Amino acid sequence: MEMTGSRTIEAPRDAVWDALLDPEVLKQCVPGCTEMSGNADEGFEATVVQKVGPVKATFKGAVTLDDKVRPESLTISGEGKGGAAGFAKGGADVTLREEGDATVLDYRVEAKVGGKLAQLGSRIIDSFASKMADQFFNSFKEAVEGPSAPEGEADDAAAPVEAQKEKKGWFGRKKAAT
Amino acid sequence: MPKDGGIGSSTKRREDVRFLSGTGRYTDDINLHGQLYAHFVRSDVAHGKINGINADAAMAMPGVVRVFTAKDFEGVGGVPCGWQITSIDGSPMQEPKHPVLAEGKVRHVGDPIAVVVAESLGQARDAADALEIDIEMLPAVMDMKEAIKDGAPKVHDDLSSNLCYDWGFVEDNKDAVAKAIADADHVTTLELVNNRLVANPMEPRVAVGDYDMANDEHTLYTTSQNPHVIRLLMGAFVLGIPEHKLRVVAPDVGGGFGAKIFHYAEEAFCTFAAKQLRRPVKWTSSRSEAFMSDAHGRDHVTKIELAMDKDNNFTAIRTETYANMGAYLSTFAPSVPTWLHGTLMAGNYKTPLIYVNVKAVFTNTVPVDAYRGAGRPEATFQLERVIDKAARERGVSPIELRRQNFITEFPYATPVAVEYDTGDYHATMDRVLEMADHAGFEARAEQSKKNGKLRGFGIAHYIEACGIAPSNLVGQLGARAGLYESATVRVNATGSISVMTGSHSHGQGHETSFAQVVSEMIGIDATQVDIVHGDTSKTPMGMGTYGSRSIAVGGSAMVRATEKIIAKAKKIAAHLMEASEGDIELKDGQFTVAGTDKSVAWGDVTLAAYVPHNYPLEDIEPGLEETAFYDPANFTYPSGGYACEVEVDPDTGKVDVLSFSAADDFGNVINPMIVEGQVHGGVAQGFGQAMMENCAYDADGQLISASYMDYAMPRATDLPMFKVDHSCQTPCTHNPLGVKGCGEAGAIGSPPAFVNAVIDALHRGGHKVEHINMPLTPDRVWTAIQNS
Repeated sequence: MEMTGSRTIEAPRDAVWDALLDPEVLKQCVPGCTEMSGNADEGFEATVVQKVGPVKATFKGAVTLDDKVRPESLTISGEGKGGAAGFAKGGADVTLREEGDATVLDYRVEAKVGGKLAQLGSRIIDSFASKMADQFFNSFKEAVEGPSAPEGEADDAAAPVEAQKEKKGWFGRKKAAT
Repeated sequence: MPKDGGIGSSTKRREDVRFLSGTGRYTDDINLHGQLYAHFVRSDVAHGKINGINADAAMAMPGVVRVFTAKDFEGVGGVPCGWQITSIDGSPMQEPKHPVLAEGKVRHVGDPIAVVVAESLGQARDAADALEIDIEMLPAVMDMKEAIKDGAPKVHDDLSSNLCYDWGFVEDNKDAVAKAIADADHVTTLELVNNRLVANPMEPRVAVGDYDMANDEHTLYTTSQNPHVIRLLMGAFVLGIPEHKLRVVAPDVGGGFGAKIFHYAEEAFCTFAAKQLRRPVKWTSSRSEAFMSDAHGRDHVTKIELAMDKDNNFTAIRTETYANMGAYLSTFAPSVPTWLHGTLMAGNYKTPLIYVNVKAVFTNTVPVDAYRGAGRPEATFQLERVIDKAARERGVSPIELRRQNFITEFPYATPVAVEYDTGDYHATMDRVLEMADHAGFEARAEQSKKNGKLRGFGIAHYIEACGIAPSNLVGQLGARAGLYESATVRVNATGSISVMTGSHSHGQGHETSFAQVVSEMIGIDATQVDIVHGDTSKTPMGMGTYGSRSIAVGGSAMVRATEKIIAKAKKIAAHLMEASEGDIELKDGQFTVAGTDKSVAWGDVTLAAYVPHNYPLEDIEPGLEETAFYDPANFTYPSGGYACEVEVDPDTGKVDVLSFSAADDFGNVINPMIVEGQVHGGVAQGFGQAMMENCAYDADGQLISASYMDYAMPRATDLPMFKVDHSCQTPCTHNPLGVKGCGEAGAIGSPPAFVNAVIDALHRGGHKVEHINMPLTPDRVWTAIQNS
C-alpha cells in the first residue's frame, strides 16, 4: 500500500519544517493520538487509539524522524504494537518546496499491518491508511495555518473537529509570540 | 431410530439422531474437574527472530497458573513428519525440526510462541496481552521460485536451502519422455496454479489433556481423524509416553477434510502441560486461529506438457511442479505432491511415457498437507485442463479426444507405477453426457446468447487412487507407518454385536453403513450392531480415516473379522445340532443343517458361546470375539465423468453454474444415500476451490484471508442441484466388498469441469482465453475477457 498526495500550506517553508518537528503538532495531527512524548532527534513515544474495521486497539509505539534535510525533506516512520490486534507500521517521505509565499508539501506514504489487523482488516486497510494520511496532512495544514487561513481550501472541511478548536494556527501563534 | 437395512439400502443415518438433536458429544463438550484453559500466543509476523520473552507481568495477572515457552520444551521432541521423500540425487528430503513452541525464530503468522494457562479462558487471554515478546522482523520467504534461488533468505537456518526435495518420477523415463516430446506432432503446454485452500471444518480443533498421577496415565481428547496415529506420533516421537500409558480419544468430530489427520503441537502441549500442572488443560481453537494453525491444502504451481502424434494419440506427459510445504513439514505433507500426485498423472488415459518433477519448497506460511483429495485433485486438474486446451488447439471435441485415449483394458499398468484393477470410462462418460443432456446443449447456448450471456459446457474425467494403502508398497515409498486397518467384532451373549473399528467417522456415517454390512452378513437386524470408534482404549490399533479408505480397508477388516465369527459360530451350531460343520448354513440369523429342518437361532449360538454348558470345549474356546487386520493388496481406483454447464455474464465476469452432473464408478455401494451425500459435499468443495476460495498472503507473509469476510466459502445458494449417479459399477477386484471409496471423488473431479466450462463459454463468445487461475471470481473472469 502506497499513497501519494500534496498539500499547499500558506506558510513559509522554515515554519512548516519546524512544525513537522514539534511533538505538540504531531500529537495534534496523528489521528487517534492520545499521548506523545520525546523529541525530534531521539524520536517520540506515542499512544494511538484506532479502530480498523472490526478491530479496535490501543497502539503503543515509536515515531521517528529520519533523513532530515532541513528544510527540504524528511521521513516520518512509526511502528505500533496493538497487543492481540497485531501491529501497524507506516512511513511517510515528506518533501517541502516553496511556491511563492506558500509551501507545497508532497508526501508518499506506505502502510503495513500484521496479525489480526491483516487477517480481518486487509480489505479495508488501503482505504483506512488513505484516510489516516488525509487526516494527518489536513490536520497538519490546519495546525500550521490556523482554521481561518485566507485561502481556505475544500480540504479544510474534512479536517477533524479537534484541530478546529484552536483559534490560531501554529504559525500564527509562533508569530504572535515573537 | 430408523430401521436399518442391509447392503445397498439407503438407510437413514443413525448418528444424525444425536447430531440433529444437539446431543452429540464433541471434544469441546468435554470438561474435566479442575480444568485449566490454554491460550496460544501466536506470531503476527511471518518470519522473525525472537530476541526475548518477558512473562513477569503476565504471570502476575489474575488466574494465571503458568506461562509456557520453548524453554519448557527442552528435551522434548519436535512434531514429527510421517513420510520421507528421496530426491533425484538420492539424498533424503531436508527435514527441519518442528518444535512444539517456536525456538529462536517464528516462521509463519500463527506460529505459536508461548502459551498462557489460566483458571479461565478470559484470564488467559488477558494475560497474553501482558506478555512482552521482542521479535525482530526478517524478510519473509513467500514466492516458491524465488525461495530456492541462491542467496534467498532461509526459513530454516540449519538447512542448506529452502528446497525440501527435488523429486523425479519415473526418473528412468525422463530421457524417453523428453525424446517423445521433441518428436511429437503437437505439444500442448499449460502453466497453472492450484490455489491454496483452508479446510474449514465446521468444528474447529480442540484438545483436552488429562493426567492420572495415581497410575501415571495420560489421556488426550482431541478432534482427530485417527486417534491411534496421534497416540503413536505424540507418544513415541514428541513426549516419550509408552502406548499403554497414553489413551487418545476422538469422540464426535465435526468434519475433518484432511486437516484433522495430522498431529499438531496443541495436542502435545495439552498432554504435556496436564502432567506438569497436575490438572486437565483444555484448548479450543477460535476460527481466526484455525485459519493460521490448521494445515492448509494444495498450493502447487505447475507446468504440464502433453505430447500427441498426428492422430491425436497421447504419446507423453511431462510436468514440473513447485509444491509449497509451508514453514514446517506437517505429518504427511511430503507424500501429497509426490506419491499421491505423480502416480495419478496417467489419469484415464493410455499415455505410454510420463515424467513428473516436483520441487517441494519451504516458505513462511502455514504448513500445507493433505486436504480432501490430497495430490489427486492437483493431478486431475492439470491433466483435464491441458486435454481441453489440446482439443481446442487440434480442433477436435474434448469429449472425443478423451474417449480416443481412454484405457479400455484392465488390469492396466500405468507408466507411473500403479495398476488399475478395473474400470469402464466410456460407460461413465456416456452416462454423464446423458445426465447433462449434452445433446441439447447447443440449443441452450443459443438461448443464452439471445439473453446476452455466454453458455459453456465443461467435461472432466477423473481417476483417483484410494483405499490406501498396501503397507509393503508405501513402506518402500517412504511412509513411516503401515496403512492397514483393524476391526474387532465382539458378539455379546444375547447376540447383539459391538464392532470396534480402527476407522474414524467424522461425518461419513460409519455407524450406519458399517452396521449394514455386519447385519447383512449375519442376517440380523442392523439395530443389533453398534459401531464403536475413536478411542484407543476400546479399538484395536487402527490407522484412521482419510484417503477414502474407510469402507475399502476398514470395512474389509470388519468383513474378515465377521467371517471369523461366522466360522466359529458354525462350529458351535454344528455341535448344538449334532451335525457336521460343513453342512451348517447361516441365513437370516438362523443356522440350519443342509437338507434337514434342524435349526438354531443366532441368539442360541451366541448364548452357548458364553454359557458353554453344552459346548465343544475340547475343540474351541468359549466366547465369540474376533479381530482382523486387513492390509489391502492394491489401491482402489474410483473414476467418473463430471459435466458442468455455466453461463458467464461478459459484462461483469460473473459465472452462474447452471447444472452439474456426476457419474461415478465407486464399485459396489453400501448405502446409496450416504454415497450421494459424499459426492454432494465433494463437489461443493470442488466448486469452492474453482470459483470462490483462495487463501491469500501478502508479500510480507501476512495472511490476509483469515476470516469469512475474505475467505469465501460456498453456500447453498451458490450451487445448483447436483445430479449424482453411481449406476456404473465395476467392483473392485481385490477387496471382499468390491468397494472403491467415494469420499474425495467430488473434490477431485469437479474443479476442472467448472473451469473447462467457463473457458468454453468464453471461447464461444469469441474471447480467446486459454486459462484462468482458480478461483474464477468475477474479477478474474472479467479481467481475462478484457485482456483477450
